[in-house]
Amino acid sequence: MTAHITPLPAETVSPGAARKTVLEVENLSLAFRNADGLLPIVTDVSFAIAEGEAVALVGESGCGKSITASAIMGIAPDNAEIAGNITLNGTVISALPPKDRRRLCGRHMGFIFQEPMTALHPTLSIGRQMTDTLRHNLGLSHKDATDRAAELLDRVGIPRARDILRGYVHELSGGMRQRVMIALAISCGPSLIIADEPTTALDVTIQAQVLDLLEDMRRELNLAMLFITHDLEVVGDFCEKAVVMYAGDVVERGFSADIVRSPAHPYARGLIDAVPAHDDGRTRLTPILGTVPPVGQWPEGCRFAPRCGRADAQCRTRPSLERHGVTDARCWHPLEDRP
Amino acid sequence: MLRYLGKRFLLILPTIFVPLILVFLLLRLSPGDPAGMMLGDQATAEQIAALRNQLGLDQPIWVQFLFWIRGIVTLDLGNSIFFREPVMQIIPRYAGVTILLAVVALALAVLIGVTLGLISAMNRNKPIDRGVVTAAVLGISLPEFWFALLLIFVFAVTLRWFPVAGYNPPTAGLIAFGATIFLPALALGVRQSALMTRMMRSSMLDVLNEPYITTARAQGLPESTVIGRYAMRTAAMPVITVAGLSAGYLLGGAVTIEIIFALPGLGRMLVEAVGRRDYPLVEGGVLAISLVLAVLNLVIDLIYAILDPRIRYQ
Repeated sequence: MTAHITPLPAETVSPGAARKTVLEVENLSLAFRNADGLLPIVTDVSFAIAEGEAVALVGESGCGKSITASAIMGIAPDNAEIAGNITLNGTVISALPPKDRRRLCGRHMGFIFQEPMTALHPTLSIGRQMTDTLRHNLGLSHKDATDRAAELLDRVGIPRARDILRGYVHELSGGMRQRVMIALAISCGPSLIIADEPTTALDVTIQAQVLDLLEDMRRELNLAMLFITHDLEVVGDFCEKAVVMYAGDVVERGFSADIVRSPAHPYARGLIDAVPAHDDGRTRLTPILGTVPPVGQWPEGCRFAPRCGRADAQCRTRPSLERHGVTDARCWHPLEDRP
Repeated sequence: MLRYLGKRFLLILPTIFVPLILVFLLLRLSPGDPAGMMLGDQATAEQIAALRNQLGLDQPIWVQFLFWIRGIVTLDLGNSIFFREPVMQIIPRYAGVTILLAVVALALAVLIGVTLGLISAMNRNKPIDRGVVTAAVLGISLPEFWFALLLIFVFAVTLRWFPVAGYNPPTAGLIAFGATIFLPALALGVRQSALMTRMMRSSMLDVLNEPYITTARAQGLPESTVIGRYAMRTAAMPVITVAGLSAGYLLGGAVTIEIIFALPGLGRMLVEAVGRRDYPLVEGGVLAISLVLAVLNLVIDLIYAILDPRIRYQ
């Protein structure tokens, strides 16, 4: 936990070094304060996102992806102790008081939740939720806010925008709800969008549409996007870079294409092998045996070691995140580059 | 929306008539004879029979029932056997006091309950929260007549801020009215306010865990808007349910309070009318209470429909 990692400046991994870094997370760690003391949830997370770039945060449930996102957003639970630096557009925001953090929400950072049915208010009209945000963050009049809300709905592909504004979330289909959520997240012109499994709750056909919409929005608005997912296909298709997390740790980091094609960390390899691909002639999938250890019961050293086929005595000490081939991996026995 | 209201309105009818039929039957099945009560110990059997005939009490019970139904439909509830004046004139005099008492009690209960519940939820597990929860448990457990006597002792007898008993109608001026209604309303409302405190606290704590509250925060809305508009909107629903139930309780439970504070209300009138076997007046009183209750429930349903659009479509 004390291992030091040098955060990778965005330029060294980004081909277009001219692109401005929007979000930089350095050595972020988060622990919950409870009766027994501090319970570590996330340790030493570092990555950066440039404008117009999508970075995937990948891992099984319980790896600390969502809590990392809420720490960046400043909406983590009250009993969370957060350490490390979060820099947004050149300003260190992790040190700001909660009130100032809240002011960044909406205006500079937008959040898209997994389940739009529960993430949108059940008894306030969609128009009301959108105009509340627009009026508060941009100081628009009621009429201007309503006009802008209608434009936004139009832009995310919702027909009869004016009628929908008067409606409620339970009247919409799942895909429409997520479109509203996206419109709400981009409404105040943020530079960063955090999408927490935005397609998990949707039908497969709708998933593709929503992903396309997010891609369009990212290109048109030059948004930096942090895309939390456990779907490696999505990672390869929609995100330039990927950060693989396991038990609160970053275990591999690099370009998505490199990680998907030739992962260095056995966990990343395991995730890829567990995905049913239709073009490799396999008849059975290879699961990762076991489950993610619950927080508070992480093994000493490499946290993946108990589930890893390559683990030996050395894995009882904690590896640091180092460059192996084309990606950074936290592993004593990284897999050889297999092109 | 109109269909919803229409349906609610139709549901009112059984609410009014079922208690009326029960009261009609109970009165006539219980021992005691109004004619005998009115004429006193010295009356002869002939006198009693004559009065029974005059009042229609010698008819079979189903004929009495039909007369009674006709009376309700034609808004003629007959004359009070004791007061010898139309029930339709007596009831409003007393009902006004009870309704005002219940409304003020309900307003106080909601005001106290929502405020304390909100303070408690916002300071979860801090000393102030524990204090409020303890006070609420105490408020629920204490009988209201005891609380009424305590209020009289402290504020009327010792501090002399309020009169001990009696009633000034609102026409006598707001301050005079307020002085006589405040203590009874507080005594009557304290239990309901304790219930609402607990309800408000737990429903607010539930709602604060809802994802849409996180969304509102992630959109940068200030905490005052998040709590005041986004959380209150849904957290208020169970409290409104309790308020509806309380309204019924307050109307029915006003009897003790009306007697302690000597308020000329419907509850006290009813108790006296039952003692006198004054059938028409008892029936009229029960009709009035069920009517007020039904209208109150309709108002609560209306508030539901305004606050939660999903209800309108069910």
